[in-house]
Amino acid sequence: MNPIFAILAGVTVGAAVAAMALRNLVHSVLCLTVSLVGLALLYLRLGAEFAGFVQILVYVGAVAILIMFAVLLTRGGEAPPGRIANAPWSGLAVAAAVFAMIAWAIARSPALRGMAKDPAQPPLSVKAIGDKLTGDLVLPLQVVALLLTAALVGGVVIAMSEKETE
Amino acid sequence: MASLDQIFVALKDWLVAFVPVALQPLAGALLSIVAIMAVFPGIFALTTVVERKLLARFQNRPGPNRVGIPLTKIRLAGFGQFAADGIKSLTKEDIVPRNADRIVHFVAPFVLVAPAFLSLSVVPVGRNMAALDFRETGLLFFFAVGAATELSVFMAGWSSRNKYSLLGAMRGIAQMLSYELPLILSSLVVVMMAGTLSLATIAERQSGVQWGVVHSWHVFTPWGFAGFLIFLTAACAESNRTPFDLPEAESELVAGYFTEYSGFKFALFFLGEYLGMFAISGVAITLFLGGWNAPFTFLDWVPSWMWFFGKLVGFILFFIWLRATLPRLRVDQLMDLAWKFMLPMSLVNLVVAGVWHLAASWPHLLRWPLCVAILALPYWLLSRGFQTRFKTRTYRFAEESRPAPATAAAGP
Repeated sequence: MNPIFAILAGVTVGAAVAAMALRNLVHSVLCLTVSLVGLALLYLRLGAEFAGFVQILVYVGAVAILIMFAVLLTRGGEAPPGRIANAPWSGLAVAAAVFAMIAWAIARSPALRGMAKDPAQPPLSVKAIGDKLTGDLVLPLQVVALLLTAALVGGVVIAMSEKETE
Repeated sequence: MASLDQIFVALKDWLVAFVPVALQPLAGALLSIVAIMAVFPGIFALTTVVERKLLARFQNRPGPNRVGIPLTKIRLAGFGQFAADGIKSLTKEDIVPRNADRIVHFVAPFVLVAPAFLSLSVVPVGRNMAALDFRETGLLFFFAVGAATELSVFMAGWSSRNKYSLLGAMRGIAQMLSYELPLILSSLVVVMMAGTLSLATIAERQSGVQWGVVHSWHVFTPWGFAGFLIFLTAACAESNRTPFDLPEAESELVAGYFTEYSGFKFALFFLGEYLGMFAISGVAITLFLGGWNAPFTFLDWVPSWMWFFGKLVGFILFFIWLRATLPRLRVDQLMDLAWKFMLPMSLVNLVVAGVWHLAASWPHLLRWPLCVAILALPYWLLSRGFQTRFKTRTYRFAEESRPAPATAAAGP
């Protein structure tokens, strides 16, 4: 195994495990961020510059901060005493289901077979990704945008009703 | 003069040729890193003195003018001050609050400084002089790396266990997230028009000639001018410079998110902020002010890196001037400006760029007024909306608490 890959994979998996195991929620979020950065570096090693930088921009710049705000605005970073979850099995089942789903999708992907045939394929340019997103995939993109807008409106509604009850 | 223009590139090639071929990429990378680590902190050191001296002149006092070379009578007009400051911060006691989260408290300054150096590495400081040139994703790299700043601010503010730190961090994150939108949207205009995300290519594209002797900088177009102003304002907010220095407002929050930092960690925060300011100024120069291009064709004989650093010094002086002149905004004014003025204006600017592109074959006399009109109308409407909102301030809390002293006096 390539040593650089081994280091990156170790950091990613180790940080993910730490994110689950640590008791302080803010520490968990920071470990999750390290894990996401490790994932971005793995993308970069695969030559996927765009995916790697977007991963950092979106997950480190926005999602990690969002989780931080959610943690601080709800019940603080302090973990309650005692065990948090009584049954780790439900979590394991969800994780296994998600893994099976993603593995199934990857195994079925035509890109995998195409890549195996032609290893010298040139890396996908940002222009091609942009063409795809504004051409073939414009409808899924709009659906995602609508979903995010709905989530945003929902967040505002929750925040406003909290203010009224105070 | 071509040799002077490429003198640093030639020097690097000459030095790299000394090592074995297998190690040459590594040696080249190391040389670039050393250059960045030497030049920009050097500019930072001088900037701290220049800023203090200029602020002092603005406030009608002499400023630092004593420290020169130690053990001699040479004073250098106070320009030895940065060495004294550096030694002082290195030798000061490093105090960590007892309740602080030690690991996060320790890591936060490095999370700020390392990305600042990384983001400087994509800025083309001269012809063929970008340490990292991502042909596909240069600008994206800059913004992705900049995202770590917010995380560092949060880590510093949260781990200090200090209310001023946490308030400063919350203000800082809200401000940075809000101003990142106009920042990215205004630079998107340049990406649209240049058709690339590579900063080096964007700089090269601006070396064309228009109106006879003027280089075609992006700022000399309606969308470029509006985009530049939006980018400059947002850049000022992103680097926490004075009209937007709420996260570290001295008069309200002690020092904001780095209240609980002392000694060298404080110096690292200071360094990180200034490096961030240099990086964002460098990107502003590259996107709108022609990068390393001269303004006029008859000035092309001046080396390209001199133009870049000259413009950078101009930016630094401009930011110092702003700091000395403008008062700090209130939090609600800050958010209003970002969301109700700069965001709509940058969206309008995207439309203007599209119109400019589609009207490429039109005569200038038609294309210019049309684009300026599309920009001016929303500007007028939005600023009118602002003016009607600003009424005479009523000091609600001050007036409500006025009878309070009487009740206090009546107590035991």
